[in-house]
Amino acid sequence: MSFSLAKRWCDAPLMRRVLQFKGYRRKIQSYNNMTYTLFRHRWMKRLPVFSGLKMASTHTGKDTIDLSKFPVDRIRNFCIIAHIDHGKSTLADRLLEMTGAIVKTDKNKQVLDKLQVERERGITVKAQTASLIYSHQGQQYLLNLIDTPGHVDFSYEVSRSISACQGVLLIVDANQGIQAQTMANFYLAFEAQLAIIPVINKIDLKNADTERVELQMEKVFDIPRNECIRISAKLGTNVEAVLRAVVERVPPPAASTSDPFKALVFDSNFDHYRGVVANIAVLGGRVRKGDRIVSAYLGKSYEVNELGLLRPDEHPTQKLFAGQVGYIIAGMKDVKEAQIGDTLYLQSQPVEALPGFKPAKAMVFAGMFPMDQSDYQALRSAIERLTLNDSSVTVQRDSSLALGAGWRLGFLGLLHMEVFNQRLEQEYNASVIVTAPTVPYKAILSSPKLIKEHGSAEITIVNPAQFPDRSVVSEYLEPMVLGTILTPDSYTGKIMSLCLNRRGIQKNMLYIDDQRVMMKYLFPLNEIVVDFYDLLKSLSSGYASFDYENAGYQAADLIKMNILLNGLPVEELITIVHRGRAYSVGKSMCERLQDSIPRQMFEIAVQATIGSKVIARETIKAYRKNVLAKCYGGDITRKMKLLKKQAEGKKKMRRFGNVEVPKDAFINVLKRKDK
Amino acid sequence: MIQHTLRAGRRAVSPSLRCFSETSGGEIIGEDGFERTGSPRPTKQASLYVHWPYCLRRCSYCNFNKYIPRENNDHIMTECLQRETETLLQLSQVSCVTSVFFGGGTPSLAPHSTIDAVLNTVSRWAYLSDKAEVTLEVNPTLAGKSKLEDYCRAGVNRLSIGVQSLQDEDLKILGRDHSSHQALQTVEEARRLCPGRVSVDVMFGRPKQSVASWENELSELLRVCDDHVSLYQLTLERGTQLFKQVLGGEMTVPAEDVTAEMYQCARRTLHQHGFLQYEVSNFARHKAVSHHNTSYWKGRQYIGVGPGAHGRFVPLGEEGVLREARTQTLEPGAWIREVQQRGHGTRRRIQLGHLELLEEVLVMGMRMTDGINHKHWEMFSPQLGLREVFGTSRDVQELLQSGQLILDDRSLRCSWDGLVFLDSILPTLLVELERQISQRLQRDHHSDGQTKSRTCSPR
Repeated sequence: MSFSLAKRWCDAPLMRRVLQFKGYRRKIQSYNNMTYTLFRHRWMKRLPVFSGLKMASTHTGKDTIDLSKFPVDRIRNFCIIAHIDHGKSTLADRLLEMTGAIVKTDKNKQVLDKLQVERERGITVKAQTASLIYSHQGQQYLLNLIDTPGHVDFSYEVSRSISACQGVLLIVDANQGIQAQTMANFYLAFEAQLAIIPVINKIDLKNADTERVELQMEKVFDIPRNECIRISAKLGTNVEAVLRAVVERVPPPAASTSDPFKALVFDSNFDHYRGVVANIAVLGGRVRKGDRIVSAYLGKSYEVNELGLLRPDEHPTQKLFAGQVGYIIAGMKDVKEAQIGDTLYLQSQPVEALPGFKPAKAMVFAGMFPMDQSDYQALRSAIERLTLNDSSVTVQRDSSLALGAGWRLGFLGLLHMEVFNQRLEQEYNASVIVTAPTVPYKAILSSPKLIKEHGSAEITIVNPAQFPDRSVVSEYLEPMVLGTILTPDSYTGKIMSLCLNRRGIQKNMLYIDDQRVMMKYLFPLNEIVVDFYDLLKSLSSGYASFDYENAGYQAADLIKMNILLNGLPVEELITIVHRGRAYSVGKSMCERLQDSIPRQMFEIAVQATIGSKVIARETIKAYRKNVLAKCYGGDITRKMKLLKKQAEGKKKMRRFGNVEVPKDAFINVLKRKDK
Repeated sequence: MIQHTLRAGRRAVSPSLRCFSETSGGEIIGEDGFERTGSPRPTKQASLYVHWPYCLRRCSYCNFNKYIPRENNDHIMTECLQRETETLLQLSQVSCVTSVFFGGGTPSLAPHSTIDAVLNTVSRWAYLSDKAEVTLEVNPTLAGKSKLEDYCRAGVNRLSIGVQSLQDEDLKILGRDHSSHQALQTVEEARRLCPGRVSVDVMFGRPKQSVASWENELSELLRVCDDHVSLYQLTLERGTQLFKQVLGGEMTVPAEDVTAEMYQCARRTLHQHGFLQYEVSNFARHKAVSHHNTSYWKGRQYIGVGPGAHGRFVPLGEEGVLREARTQTLEPGAWIREVQQRGHGTRRRIQLGHLELLEEVLVMGMRMTDGINHKHWEMFSPQLGLREVFGTSRDVQELLQSGQLILDDRSLRCSWDGLVFLDSILPTLLVELERQISQRLQRDHHSDGQTKSRTCSPR
């Protein structure tokens, strides 16, 4: 369902373009010093170090916590939101340690081993939820920290987490200040009308400029300067104040134990042994082991086998009460049964379902093909296993004449795609050809016959080969995003021309302090999916940050472009482009083909066409000579090797007429460009 | 004259010597019979390549196996070349050496006594006709020139002169240690000693060269050369000085299209002067072809002696029915030690399967303008003729139709236009060959396992 970010990804080359740029050095440093990721076992591992320090206010070891001790007014649900690497996980670790949430149980070893494998691969798959017990002015409070993934691709997940909360900790790096994702996350919380506790982290850094960041907060978010809590999560400085603020500033959940049981499913996991583990926020009443509950979405009933708190490891309890957050296992066999946003209630006391969430929508699509068709089965099982815990990835079978059988996968965004690819490569050692990402276009059909065929006038086009002809369409639509760019003002000019070049329309521009500018642009998603981020980064020396949110669909002048080799169309290279960009896209495709199709004995015309009109052309000249000058006795072995290799390659070539095209040429054109 | 008599005398003795050393009597008679009819059994004869690994300096384009010697060990080298020749001749059970080629390195740095000694050894262990071609590569320096007569006295009867260029400036760029004047003098001397059996090597595609300057150079060359010319396009080899210079942008070589034009222009010019192209890079007048090199292209056996030398022959032994690809140890010091210890410095032996052998026969044979005639092919593939292998393929048909390839009653060969694309044609042929052979194998396998094979598969 959700991914969150482990720091080490940042060092993996694939991730760099999407993650945050500056300060790798610091990342490495912080990794060495503290070693925090969002893994459960990482927290648990810390126990030996901290168990002696600050256990004071907590419960007694393995005993079951009596949750009835925590009426609604002593519960606080909050999450932490931050731009990547602003210190979210470090703060989370501190909070857990200070409240003694890290508990050693017999189960630890197994969990630890299981996750060790994941840890080595450097990926945190799931956001965590942890219940903290905290003493404040002689009262015990149950603080539910609902961790969120850090990137906007997962803003859907963020909003889901937010819906279970009444307050957020908004963390900003005292050195970097407000960044693009800070903005996005702030607005999510703001719109959800949550209490926002601004936290300025990393005040211990040499370059920290806390005052400036406070000014930014005031200017951009209208947050009074004196509300900001200055901390160093790394050193633990002033973290206690954060806990106090959570109790004092975040309102308790509006829920009553006297109501009938009602819970929101806001996340779920799949466990091979126990089935679905659903994370729930209890919004009313109570639930206990053995209760029969019903999923409002499916109408199916289940018996509660186990429930409890997440601290952050599962901590079984007898009951869960209104206002509390925890997990529930009720014999669901498929992640789809624990629909995110679903409402659970007691079979005996039906309630009205909560509004729920819109399902996550795939916004970026890419083809994935095994490098070698003999790896198809292995890749399939790898993809199946990866999608088991991430239902937001859509999987469709696809096949390409050039690349063979594969899949077209839909992702929430670019980072999501990167994460998925990386896991596929790292965890399954799969050599995968990933095609350049495309976006889902829509067409409004005008032909009654086609409308009948499709069942509606609006269709979504994922595969360019299925792009309907202009004549049967009244309008094409393309997905739009609202992008936020934060940058030092010295790069504004360059960035504006980049945006303009990408058909961006400026919506807003604001100086958040005397040097940093925030710009908002409406972009066609298609224009930013491939290399926008890399370019932005390189032309701002890495200082600009970028984030986007979906902004619906807009009518667009879309056309289908064909690529021809000596007059014959190449189906796998059909591309949907905006008319205004057709020439440059066509030209670059022709050039890439020209570079990757070897010269042959005759001339090859590589053309990009729209309808019957040629818009770009490159010529692969025939070579005039191809014979090795010298070949005597001593040269045979080498020469044979070379020729045999060519002969092998020849077998694998695709032919269009008499033009032979090596698979590499398709890969070069279809795959994402390397940086 | 004296030398010839000497050689003849030597030979009168040595074959019989060898005869006695050979065990099975019946074969000897058979051999003689073959020799007389001019078609000895292919495994009973081979050509011999002898590698002299030393050079005085490194040419900027050369990545061959050569060494700048630190001290004079000509004597040891000579002994070892003799010793390895002896060992490999015995191992191959070759009774007739059809030609000898002294290559390098710079074999014209070797003392003439070395040539003499090696040839003596050959004659001691196999039949070496006095008509057999014995070629020596010559570096056209003054020192080289002065030794030519001695070499010829030792038995060399063909000289291949590394002229490379007639432009002194270019010779400097190439790192050659001679001038064009010295080269011309050497050619003259060589022609005096071996009239009609002198070859000149020239190189095109050199840095700064233009088509026009190449044309001029060629006509100048044609005025002085004998009946054989080898043309090589300069290829940039990794690890050479020139490679680095071109990579670093200090030097540029002519573009692909320009070198193609140079090649075509040379072919035309040489043709006009009566030089027939008989192989991709080789041209001869008055039938003065290199027999030694031709035997490579015809897929015949050869024995390689000396550091890094390659060989292709069927060695003596239980499994001795298959031809082996053999490579000698590269580094002279190591090679010498090995030869001293075990009589030879063979570092690598790879058995060639039936398909692999045919592949080599195909790749080498197609380099000749005559291509591969049906009889030539049949010697190696008695069961599957040229037409059966190549006649049905659609891809081959396309090549035939486009006129680049010819398959007729005579042979499979490239046309004049097709020869320049040989390296594009070969993969198609190789794919087809592999397919046909594997199909054939499957069919045989299915029909039954008992018949076939052994006797038919040539070596």
